[in-house]
Amino acid sequence: MEALFFNVSTGFLEGIVRGYKAGLLTQAHYSNLTQCETLEDFRTQLSTTDYGNFLANEPSPVSTSTIAEKATQVLVDQFNFLRTNAVEPLSKFFDYITYAYMIDNVVLLITGTLHERDTHELLERCHPLGVFDTLPALCVATNVEELYHTALVETPLAPYFRECLSAADLDALNIEIIRNTLYKAYLEDFYNFCASLGSPTSDIMHQILSFEADRRAINITINSFGTDLSKERRAKLFPTIGRLFPEGNNNLARADDVEQARAAVDYIQEYRSFFETSTQSSAQNNSGLDGYDDHGSASHLEDRFFAQEVHLNKLAFLQQFSYAVFYSYIKLKEQEIRSLTWIAECIAQNNRERIGEYIGTF
Amino acid sequence: MSGTGPRENIFPTRMALTNMKLRLKGAQTGHSLLAKKRDALTTRFRSILRKVDEAKRKMGRVMQLASFSLAEVTYATGDISYLVQEQAKTATFRVKARQENVSGVVLPAFDVDRVAGSDFNLTGLGRGGQQVLRAKEVYAKAVETLVELASLQTAFTILDEVIRATNRRVNAIEHVVIPRLENTVKYILSELDEMDREEFFRLKKVQGKKKRDAEKAEAAKMIEAGAAGEADGEVKMETPSTTEQASDLLNDKDGDVIF
Repeated sequence: MEALFFNVSTGFLEGIVRGYKAGLLTQAHYSNLTQCETLEDFRTQLSTTDYGNFLANEPSPVSTSTIAEKATQVLVDQFNFLRTNAVEPLSKFFDYITYAYMIDNVVLLITGTLHERDTHELLERCHPLGVFDTLPALCVATNVEELYHTALVETPLAPYFRECLSAADLDALNIEIIRNTLYKAYLEDFYNFCASLGSPTSDIMHQILSFEADRRAINITINSFGTDLSKERRAKLFPTIGRLFPEGNNNLARADDVEQARAAVDYIQEYRSFFETSTQSSAQNNSGLDGYDDHGSASHLEDRFFAQEVHLNKLAFLQQFSYAVFYSYIKLKEQEIRSLTWIAECIAQNNRERIGEYIGTF
Repeated sequence: MSGTGPRENIFPTRMALTNMKLRLKGAQTGHSLLAKKRDALTTRFRSILRKVDEAKRKMGRVMQLASFSLAEVTYATGDISYLVQEQAKTATFRVKARQENVSGVVLPAFDVDRVAGSDFNLTGLGRGGQQVLRAKEVYAKAVETLVELASLQTAFTILDEVIRATNRRVNAIEHVVIPRLENTVKYILSELDEMDREEFFRLKKVQGKKKRDAEKAEAAKMIEAGAAGEADGEVKMETPSTTEQASDLLNDKDGDVIF
């Protein structure tokens, strides 16, 4: 991408998104929030930040889910503003960001349709970023074949379905496997799209997406231990991009326990440190809960993944003239909402020891 | 004595007395048995009470832990409730009821029966699966505590009721049935005594009267024998007067002698 012409079409939006980024909560905000005694205080603290009075119209006992919902609404509004002002190819880039949420929504609706649930209830549960025009039409279909031909074929997700799954698969497979297969296809597609955008967008996005792909591969490996997911099937779920591809993925596909998974990713410096520190801290933290050491280390691993993701996304802001800032902003904002929800949850449940386990952004 | 306190409405006979004594004995045996049962139940009740207290405190902690692990899941994966609802097909956590006998009281007890199910163990495959698993474990423990508490609580209520009933019975026997029977026994005894005395007095009376009659008959015989020696005509004149005198005597005694 030519830096020369970047500002002609995208300069305005980049300015906006950097402004939004300046509004993300800082460490000082977080430390104020963690001092709150009640959710009322929490709300008051938040009203002095960029969130403003987003909770103003809520009745007094605020629940954590309401906070999460409203904060997501703020994010969605910002996203929609950016998206409506974007021109090609940035608008396409924004579309790609929404595909991840669309996958979740479609999977949710498929699950609901298979079990003949009330569709309105389902639509309410869909992530607002992943809503598309034909989404309600998914509810009409009675079987999966029909679902594909009437609804999915119109959506941007159709190629992912077509490439990875046959109708027979859709019926027989576990919905989680479908979701991960779709996500894999999505990641690869997004990766290729970013490559077509050229440097510096592709450089930064490839880093972020590679990490995302590796994270999924490691997670799928660890989470499939002890389940009826076969190793061949597991290997098929690994994205064919990322720093672990192909050698690390092959090793992961053969892994039988966390140790082997650790060995498989050992040759990449960052990932090695995740496992090392996570096993140490889990031994200290989980003394109260016997028998959870395994799970404990994994949950710390998850935290480290989040932290690393935040780190990479922050790096994206160091570069100018790239689309990656938009993606990074959305991801950072999402992480911020998660952190807010976590702090609110800790306050609501009066569990102050673990209130510091959020992952701050800036 | 016999008139104080309530008693059985019964005719005071010896047979009734025997019956009453038997019943009194039965009541006393029953009383001591019931008192023993009550004591056993109360001991059990106390221990259950202690356990309920413990279980309730434990439940508070466990539930807090559980809901916090759910918060962890939400942090890592977002809202998975719907997927979990849809994918759960068979119950992996079942409660079995069995019966336990505590001194004649049947207490229901609930047992946890966990089937290692794999309905949604792929949930959160791409992200946060371990948290989901952990939340599942923690919640299973929480539900275990709940089941334990439920079984204790049921036992607690039932025992409470039974102890009350037993107490009522013990008290009723002690304060109503036994005094009543005792009263009845006393009443019968006193009535029988009274009857004895009356009988004795009557016999004495009858004896006295017989004696008197015998004396009179003797005297009459003597007079008759004397008169027969003097003259037949005089005798004929005398006899009506003696019979008249005798009938007078009979009339006088009438008021005293009932029979």
